[in-house]
Amino acid sequence: MSEIQATNVAAKQDDYLSLDVEQCLHMYEQIVKIRLFEEQVNELYKTAKMPGLAHLYIGEEAVAVGVAEALKPTDYITSTHRGHGHCLAKGAAIDRMFAELLGKASGYCRGKGGSMHIADPETGNLGANAIVGGGAGIATGAAFSSKFLGNNRVAVCFFGEGALGQGVLYEVMNMASLWKLPIVYVCENNLYTEYTHFTEVAAGDIQNRPAAFGIHTEKIDGQDVLKVYSTAARLVERARKGGGPAFLICDTYRYSGHHVGDINREYYRTKLEEEEWKTNRDPSKILANWLITNKNIQVSLLEEIENRAQQEIIAGVEFALNAPYPDPSEVNTNVYA
Amino acid sequence: MSTPEQFSTTVNTAVREITMAQAIREALAEELRRDPRVYIMGEDVAEAGTPFKVLLGLVEEFGPQRVIDAPISEAGFSGIGVGAAMTGLRPVVDIMFGDFLGLVMDQIANQAAKVHYMSGGKLKVPIVFRTTMGATRRSAAQHSQSLQAWPSHIPGLKVVLPSTPFDAKGLLKTAIRDDSPVVIFEDKLMYQLKGIVPEGEYTIPFGVADIKRTGTDITLVATSSMVQVALGAAAQLAEMGISAEVIDPRTTWPLDKETLIESAKKTSRAIVIDEGYERYGVTAELASVIMDGAFYYLDAPVKRMGAMNVPVPFSPALEDLTVPTVEKVVEMAKVLCGRL
Repeated sequence: MSEIQATNVAAKQDDYLSLDVEQCLHMYEQIVKIRLFEEQVNELYKTAKMPGLAHLYIGEEAVAVGVAEALKPTDYITSTHRGHGHCLAKGAAIDRMFAELLGKASGYCRGKGGSMHIADPETGNLGANAIVGGGAGIATGAAFSSKFLGNNRVAVCFFGEGALGQGVLYEVMNMASLWKLPIVYVCENNLYTEYTHFTEVAAGDIQNRPAAFGIHTEKIDGQDVLKVYSTAARLVERARKGGGPAFLICDTYRYSGHHVGDINREYYRTKLEEEEWKTNRDPSKILANWLITNKNIQVSLLEEIENRAQQEIIAGVEFALNAPYPDPSEVNTNVYA
Repeated sequence: MSTPEQFSTTVNTAVREITMAQAIREALAEELRRDPRVYIMGEDVAEAGTPFKVLLGLVEEFGPQRVIDAPISEAGFSGIGVGAAMTGLRPVVDIMFGDFLGLVMDQIANQAAKVHYMSGGKLKVPIVFRTTMGATRRSAAQHSQSLQAWPSHIPGLKVVLPSTPFDAKGLLKTAIRDDSPVVIFEDKLMYQLKGIVPEGEYTIPFGVADIKRTGTDITLVATSSMVQVALGAAAQLAEMGISAEVIDPRTTWPLDKETLIESAKKTSRAIVIDEGYERYGVTAELASVIMDGAFYYLDAPVKRMGAMNVPVPFSPALEDLTVPTVEKVVEMAKVLCGRL
């Protein structure tokens, strides 16, 4: 069942030597921040401080970070139920993210959305969506707007391979291709649609699906953030210049369960498989090794970045825990615009 | 007074009669002209002007960039509409038959209706879904339903049911200017109905019922196609000495509860008529509003008349049995007024 092919990823990354070191360090910081954020979310769940559930992005950080790095602040994204990473990568603030997860008034949606619905139009985030494939129409509509208004924005639609089972995705991809809309569909193939391996529910080669609509399609290692960034940058600019939609499949892995609390996973995957990904294909390790080997970055600098991120997480969760809940009068505001 | 004077059909500079289809086309053309963010998308909306020919001529004036033929992908182009509305456009999405709402409900009910609330008010979805309703066209079970109860059930949506060319134009213009998602049901059989429509600019606010006929003995609350049925019944009842008041809520949400209740208080009897399935339908909600608000004034139980609780049959011999008619409404009114 294991999809693991490469264990020594850093060695083949010489192509990226021209990348700006500051940008690479920024991506490292973003990966670390998302990882620590998600670990804290799990803590909040385990200590019963968070209402409801959350779907952790740990293991997949390089996809969100690499793609977001290729976007402008005014570009759009839509996200998924496993969306914290996308929101943070696009620029959401940690404290207001935590506040939303705890249902507090200072959260991004005033506590009305929660983990699965964080929206932040100021950073181009049109919202995480708890319907699998739910962002497909919205992201394609944002790309339609961009073309209609001529404002040169690109939309990125993040979704997991589970969304490949939703018909609406194919309806909008057809129109995106017909009308050459500036959109990149980013399929995060983390191998598991909830608790089922994707090969049990997806027939054929998934690359053939977007290709059937004449959409430019690429499949890459989603654990290698520099590969994700360089590919996304190319596809985003292609879309921005009128080259039409692209479909980017990122092979990745969900370290945790489908949601917090999904801890007994042996019935759908082995612990050995999980360990292999964590040991050999971890996105932060891959980038750290590359930075040390190719850019002479000291371990101490990376530790400094981690410590800084950890401080931000601690301050953010503290802010959220102390923040007030929304006033009961807010229950029926914002129903209509 | 439920109907402000400026919205009365009698104040217009040039009296002219046009069809409901023409009134709708005029509303769309005026809004497309007024606001460059408005576009129309649907199946065969451009050169074909839809199978009902309601949109004929619009693509000639506004071009294929704004009157856009989409593939047969109702969910897809509705979803694109939701995203476009969230990012600065004002889409008018054409869902040819109301029955096709079955294909689109995730986009309408889970996306459009909820985005504003879920985002804490930061995102808006100013989108209009135009669709149709109405049986007796011999179109069978998948092209004949009146599903206005579905969106009426969902918080976040506004639902419009015009019954005259005048109302159709004014309500559609209001819908396009509204910042919330709106679903409009147009009765297919009324597209050729003629009525007075002023040439000048006007809009009709949502949540304001219209008294289509005043009366004192019984209230007939009716929507869309059933307004004509209620008016026909009221005319016959008048000949029998029963004075019926006909109230058209025009929007099921927002709902002008006060006008319904006040009329029922005055007449002490009410029948609610809507072409949707009677079971768990629009009639149930409206009847409940009247019962709640006018209980101590009522001399009879509030009665509901909707479509029969069966899939709409094809054969004329069967289909005609499924919808409320003038005769059935007259019969029911006579019972309530103790005249049988």
